[in-house]
Amino acid sequence: MSGSAVRSLVSALLLMVLLAAAGCAGGKKEPETLTVFAAASLTESFGTLGKAFEKSHPGVTVKFNFGGSSTLAQQIVQGAPADVFAAASPATMKQSGAPSPRIFARNRLEIAVPKGNPAHVAALKDLANPAVKVALCAEQVPCGAAAVKALAAGGVTVKPVTQEQDVKAALSKVRLGEVDAALVYRTDVKAAAGAVEGIEFPEADKAINDYPIAAVPKTAHLVLAREFIDLVLSDQGRRVLTDAGFTAV
Amino acid sequence: MLSARLVVERERFRLDIVIDAAAGEVVALLGPNGAGKTTALRALAGLVRLSHGEIVLDGEPIHERPAERRSIGMVFQDYLLFPHLSALDNVAFGPRCQGTPKARARVGAREWLERIGLKDHLHARPHELSGGQAQRVALARALAVRPRLLLLDEPLAALDAHTRLEIRAGLRRHLEEFDGAAVLVTHDPLDAMVLADRLVVVENGSIVQEGTPAEVARHPRTDYVARLVGLNLYRGTAAGHQVTIDGLTLSVAEELEGPVFVAFPPSAVALFRGRPDGTPRNLWAARIAGIERHGDQFRVGLDGPISVSADVTAAAVAELDLLPGQEVWVAVKATETHAYPA
Amino acid sequence: MRGAAPWGLAVPAVAGMAFLVLPLVGLAVRAPWTTLPARLTEPRVLEALRLSLITATTATVVCLALGVPLAWLLARARFRGRGLVRALVTVPLVLPPVVGGVALLLVFGRNGLIGRWFSGAFTLPFTTAGVVMAEAFVAMPFLVISVEGTLRAADPRYEEAAATLGASRWTVFRRVTLPLVAPGVVAGAVLCWARALGEFGATITFAGNLPGTTQTMPLAVYLALETDPEAAIVLSLVLLAVCVAVLAVLRDRWIKA
Repeated sequence: MSGSAVRSLVSALLLMVLLAAAGCAGGKKEPETLTVFAAASLTESFGTLGKAFEKSHPGVTVKFNFGGSSTLAQQIVQGAPADVFAAASPATMKQSGAPSPRIFARNRLEIAVPKGNPAHVAALKDLANPAVKVALCAEQVPCGAAAVKALAAGGVTVKPVTQEQDVKAALSKVRLGEVDAALVYRTDVKAAAGAVEGIEFPEADKAINDYPIAAVPKTAHLVLAREFIDLVLSDQGRRVLTDAGFTAV
Repeated sequence: MLSARLVVERERFRLDIVIDAAAGEVVALLGPNGAGKTTALRALAGLVRLSHGEIVLDGEPIHERPAERRSIGMVFQDYLLFPHLSALDNVAFGPRCQGTPKARARVGAREWLERIGLKDHLHARPHELSGGQAQRVALARALAVRPRLLLLDEPLAALDAHTRLEIRAGLRRHLEEFDGAAVLVTHDPLDAMVLADRLVVVENGSIVQEGTPAEVARHPRTDYVARLVGLNLYRGTAAGHQVTIDGLTLSVAEELEGPVFVAFPPSAVALFRGRPDGTPRNLWAARIAGIERHGDQFRVGLDGPISVSADVTAAAVAELDLLPGQEVWVAVKATETHAYPA
Repeated sequence: MRGAAPWGLAVPAVAGMAFLVLPLVGLAVRAPWTTLPARLTEPRVLEALRLSLITATTATVVCLALGVPLAWLLARARFRGRGLVRALVTVPLVLPPVVGGVALLLVFGRNGLIGRWFSGAFTLPFTTAGVVMAEAFVAMPFLVISVEGTLRAADPRYEEAAATLGASRWTVFRRVTLPLVAPGVVAGAVLCWARALGEFGATITFAGNLPGTTQTMPLAVYLALETDPEAAIVLSLVLLAVCVAVLAVLRDRWIKA
């Protein structure tokens, strides 16, 4: 790399650092930050709700940490500075140790297939066909556990070609056409916005995922945390969640 | 046997020499550093591409062939014995490349190592060998491929003075037994004199002198060769027994006309503090430029109408109280000069 | 005393070592030592370990077969765009492995540039061969860089000496060049193997995760973390122990040689 290229790279980096610093320093009168740890499937809907919350609470910034629910739970146990935790399953909420969680949404499985449905999947039992390549989530993650329940309810035995580490990974295998079908959440199919097709199936009723939300016990912003939870449970919250494909409670 | 014209052109250098060598003959390429000797040797080996010219070995043109198909053996200056192979496997390497089965190649290699007196070091790795031993292994490795042309690049340069004497004698014996042509590159006149049948002196990419060691030593034609053989050398114009060199006229033993070289050894030069009695014919005043030890004598460098080196004893230095910058008289006996046509 | 380090070096050296070693200590301290034997002999653990060792070793062999010639080309051949090729070859070092996995899917996947032509005959994603491929993709630069560096440092005149002895180019490479750069090849292969053994992102993306077929130790560790952190620690310790044992043995061998 030439000297001038290095210099311009360095100055670009400096500029980025300065801008980032300026962003952090915004809001002069006692800026408060609410940190929300939320399941990855909530990325879109909570993003919208976070903006609404900031609007109604001037001077408050909502920061999100989206990730796998159990990873987030462990981070909270290890002392991560979270104020609110929204998990994709009651089990992971329990792991985090947050008290009195409230169920705010439900998610149900759908069969995601690549556009055009090349393997002509129509029902859950079609996934048992060895010619159909299926991706499931690993049993250790919530979508995998839900898939096991649904398949058991339908009496269907599936030999997946892969057990993905999370629902997004399973979905991306469908998007790329590497598998013919995957069991994912309805919200994920919706978020993929036309890149995959979703097929509803009745056995999904037996594997509904409850999403609990709670304030983290050690939070320094308990009032704000409660207000955010209230927003999620409000009519406005239900509308946003329903738009994202959740079943509101 | 070997008949080659080697032209190698580089950005600021051009090598253009003709080398011939008969079967059994050892030709030494002698010259200062950077003269192009090693380039010439590498061109013969096929490690440097010729810009022009040709190399004919045993009647076959070989300059288009890669190194591995030239029927040559090469001894490198620092030997380049393969560090991961024993002495035995180094020597067996060439025959194996030529298709000799492993066992037979090793038997042959063992014979070579016994012949050069290393039968106790068959399985030694190169780093376990002394310089002299490594040199002998390198020679055996080159000879084991039964080359028609043996190339030696400064084969003794990496050795200390004592080992050098011994190895030089051994190398001479092996070269005498070798029936192909051999080309040796060296900047050491003694190596060249002892080992070669013929010297080719190369300076700045061209041949400046060629002949038997005795001829070259007696009749140097460049300052470089003269210095090598330890002679004072001048070019002048002869008229009978008088030779004029840069305005100074010397009397010489030979009777010649026209351009000539005049050579005489430093030991033929006598120094005096005052103008000597009698009238030696070759006498002039000079200033001492420097004095340095040379063996058990002192070599005195003198400025004057011509630059001269003189060898004097320690006793003479003390007696005459010679010091740099001093004016002295210089005398050279005509009978000790040697003039020959230029 | 010979070898006594000045403070300016000793302090950061110790700090550096602590930085690298302390997390391992953390793993060891938190490990459920009482249940360790039972957990270690779980078939799932052994299966993942076996798969990891097999794929990492196979990937290293693949890297050696392709990477050593590539390193030779980069070190010895002169061709246009060599600098660019050298940069491209090292890209997998900086590419996030997950991206590497996606890139592999785009080329060798069922709908990939190359993969689509072979989709009838065989598939690479979701197979053990796919794991080997993902690992080789990520690990090969380590080998290439190490071997290329050694080749550049090696004295090319040994190769010339071999040529004057009648060795063909191939013989020169096999009997002179390769033995001369053997330490670099071994160092590169060890690095390559270690990298392949720890490979996660490209593997899970390209080859997926199926116990017995594509679930290597790092994948098993990651998924165990979801539900059972203690199990994850055990698996990590196994991976560590195997890796340290192999590296220590190899190192001793090669220092002696």
